[in-house]
Amino acid sequence: MSTLHTVNKSPFENNSLTSCLQLCSGEDSILLIEDGTYGGCESSPCREPLTRLMEDGINVYVLENDASARGLHTFLQGVELVDYPGFVKLSCTHQCIQSWY
Amino acid sequence: MPMKFTVVILGAPEGSLSSRSALEFCHALLEQNHQIERLFFYADGVHNASSLIAPPQDEADLPASWSQLINEYKLDAVVCIAAALKRGILDHNEQTRYEKNAANLGACFSLSGLGQLIAASSVSDRTITFGS
Repeated sequence: MSTLHTVNKSPFENNSLTSCLQLCSGEDSILLIEDGTYGGCESSPCREPLTRLMEDGINVYVLENDASARGLHTFLQGVELVDYPGFVKLSCTHQCIQSWY
Repeated sequence: MPMKFTVVILGAPEGSLSSRSALEFCHALLEQNHQIERLFFYADGVHNASSLIAPPQDEADLPASWSQLINEYKLDAVVCIAAALKRGILDHNEQTRYEKNAANLGACFSLSGLGQLIAASSVSDRTITFGS
């Protein structure tokens, strides 16, 4: 079953992204929102596992509104930006949504 | 194809970013013609249903924005009664029952139990939680 994982906490202060990465597999995708957007940056403490998952075909998205509100404009290679309409579409194309917070 | 969503809101309007995220998500959902089966306000999210929150004029009034959305689209907005009572969110029935001097639940919200979340989720295509 494909799952959209949303993560809303910064990996610099919380281990929700780390936990998410350990359970993410198959057709899953990850969407970083709110302070979770820091997790997609080049300086992310989760850089290595995140890059490995992307190489395995997991899609990683960052909510553009939240990223730009934090002055974040460059992300790890392979990370895609989405807006709220895109967030809704991801919710529909995955069979369930798991929130990490 | 339009889908039915249950949206769970766990964050208070103050001190959390998730109430705003949930609100923006709901707007985007409805603009794409999806349906919201039920909004369920739980844990600190119950504060969004208070009619007494009065933020400064240059700050967002999320409880007012929720009420506007609920009224505009005639949404079913349920607030967990146990979570609400212990945070001081009361309707007139609970005010009378607990002999308190005020009720503050917004007119477009209703107090009910967790069963309402399960019932909505069971008939929805998707359930999404906006954590605190």
